[in-house]
Amino acid sequence: MSMTSAQKSGFGATLWDWLTTVDHKKIGILYLAGGGFFFLLGGLEAVIIRIQLISPENNFISAGLYNEMITMHGTTMIFLAAMPILLGLMNFIMPLQIGARDVAFPFLNSLGFWLFLFGGLLLNLSWFTGAPDAGWTNYAPLSIQSPGHGIDFYVMGLQLSGAGTLMGGINFIVTIVLMRAPGMTYMRMPLFTWTTFVASILILFAFPALTVGLFLMMFDRMFGSAFFDAALGGNAVIWQHLFWIFGHPEVYILILPVFGVFSEVFPTFAKKRLFGYTAMVFATFLIAFLGFMVWAHHMFTVGLGPVANSIFAVATMAIAVPTGIKIFNWLFTLWGGSIKINSAMLWSLAFIPSFTIGGMTGVMLASAVADYQYHDTYFVIGHFHYVIVGGTVFGILAGLHYWWPKMFGRYLNEVLGQISFWTFFIGFHLTFFIQHFLGLMGMPRRYWVFLENQGLDTGNLISSIGAFFMSFGVIVFLINIIYTTIKGKKAPGDAWGSGRTLEWTISSPPVHYNFKQLPLVRGLDPLWIEKMEGNEKMTPAEPVDEIHMPNGSILPFIMTIGFTIASYGFIYQTGNKYWLIAVFAGMAIALICMLIRSLKDDHGHHISKEELERVGD
Amino acid sequence: MPDKMSTRKINSYQKQKNKQEMQKMVVSFALMIFFTIVAFALVILEVPSTYVIPLLLILAFVQVGFQFFYFMHLKDKGHEVPSQIIYGGVFVTFLVALTFTAITWW
Repeated sequence: MSMTSAQKSGFGATLWDWLTTVDHKKIGILYLAGGGFFFLLGGLEAVIIRIQLISPENNFISAGLYNEMITMHGTTMIFLAAMPILLGLMNFIMPLQIGARDVAFPFLNSLGFWLFLFGGLLLNLSWFTGAPDAGWTNYAPLSIQSPGHGIDFYVMGLQLSGAGTLMGGINFIVTIVLMRAPGMTYMRMPLFTWTTFVASILILFAFPALTVGLFLMMFDRMFGSAFFDAALGGNAVIWQHLFWIFGHPEVYILILPVFGVFSEVFPTFAKKRLFGYTAMVFATFLIAFLGFMVWAHHMFTVGLGPVANSIFAVATMAIAVPTGIKIFNWLFTLWGGSIKINSAMLWSLAFIPSFTIGGMTGVMLASAVADYQYHDTYFVIGHFHYVIVGGTVFGILAGLHYWWPKMFGRYLNEVLGQISFWTFFIGFHLTFFIQHFLGLMGMPRRYWVFLENQGLDTGNLISSIGAFFMSFGVIVFLINIIYTTIKGKKAPGDAWGSGRTLEWTISSPPVHYNFKQLPLVRGLDPLWIEKMEGNEKMTPAEPVDEIHMPNGSILPFIMTIGFTIASYGFIYQTGNKYWLIAVFAGMAIALICMLIRSLKDDHGHHISKEELERVGD
Repeated sequence: MPDKMSTRKINSYQKQKNKQEMQKMVVSFALMIFFTIVAFALVILEVPSTYVIPLLLILAFVQVGFQFFYFMHLKDKGHEVPSQIIYGGVFVTFLVALTFTAITWW
């Protein structure tokens, strides 16, 4: 409803509405849009990388630019594309699934989004003056010695967007703990809510390690400290530890939410209850728990010694067990179901074999002795693209197709959806399957060129052709979005007709207060239970009464601009002390906004009973 | 917030409990300040480091306990999930500290 009223008012009013919004649904859409934009940027960088490697000793881009390209591709895809899109889905769907009217801290939610966006924009502004070029892992001492301001942009950009992500994580945890609808016990929560919860806990524990690492890096580069400088008594390995203590949980932050998406898609389109719900929840926690003690498997060749390597190798292999439990549970959910195949289902079905291949190469890499052979080759590239693209990206696309009617009120076009699925799916396997063998033949990662007649020519050509297929699939998906927005078929509340969870009980798109009356949850899959008992809709848990909602605020946006100006100042004050003015001015803007926020009481607004009754359901 | 404490009548039992809670808070707050003064005093008075370091660590642990159990309500009923999350965080922190002492700095 709010969408249509916004369209009627002028452009300025609409813009103001989006800048000040604290509505979790609008912030979810903003996250999707921001993440989508960076996904296209990262994809463009990937295509440039593959064009450079299409033939031996190619000269498409220079060596330095190639280093910037791989660094920015990795950083953008992980921090600015995959994670924000997932946060967008969580933001939009999770409160609906637990029967809440908003997240616990709407102001913080908005601040988190703007920090992510401006962090990402700051990082990408580095393209004009020289982007970071030390790889997405930014290892010291290479990153300490890198000239120019590229690495400084990396440090400040990730610090900003990381702070935003941390806020998002805390917000989701509090929302799930405190704001579940009456009757929604923990063991009645949909799996997507569970995985959001666990991924948020991972964010809460993992991101501080990144924050600390980035601060140490900032001090080393800008203020002359020597945390990573061996010559002055520092230790470069500390960066690797801090980065991977964050970095390994990060890959579970990327994969767990999409495990949740698949656990929603399969039961809906197989018309069966999720097989082994309890085991799924348990496996999610086990993955999160184990995920925190395996980070050193990224560092097998550092020289930690045989004891440390063995411990981390065994712990890593153990993760295959809960993941295997999940894979089998999905297969058993499908078994005997009345299966309907559509785009969302295709992405989910394609995920199972693709991700399992990634998992198997993961167990191969987990063997510390064998890793000495695989380390820093294209085998690793093949592995992590199988899990991140075959897992996270497939999951995001499945989730987008599945929830698009809920979020925007229109179905994505099925024909276009299947074209983009098949081209992307085939392109994905063309691009990355061959890379395993390139790696085994000895092609190292991050190299600008490879030599002729070393058995690498055909493999690289096939890989690049695959990348073009993937690009085509993405372009078709974009066309699909535009087509759907203009001419897409309108969706009812229960868009797929076989919805099981609370988000399908309300209109598509939902009204801004989500639930006129909070629903009474009587078990797992609450909507399904009501349907089985012949009820048209949920039993309300409260009488129609006025609803209390938070007010919008421009403060998060201004605060973020302040922090961004300060970050710019920090980056350039090393060369010219006048830039300190930007640091002080930016921090002043941010702190004043915080002060206003603290001193000015804002009790939100109430939607009156009469208005609710006028709107109807 | 939908329910404002000031507008709600609180029964006398609840009042009694709140009072006790407040007392505990004030006592633990005073103790924490005292511990901090002791910690600073030990360093200023230049007590040999063999005694100071273990003493400071003990004081720090007790303070963390006060912080968690009294100020962050870990001891209270109905706080099981937040407590578990915090214990998880403590475990992760312990792992990180263990790594840095065992394999990086030894």
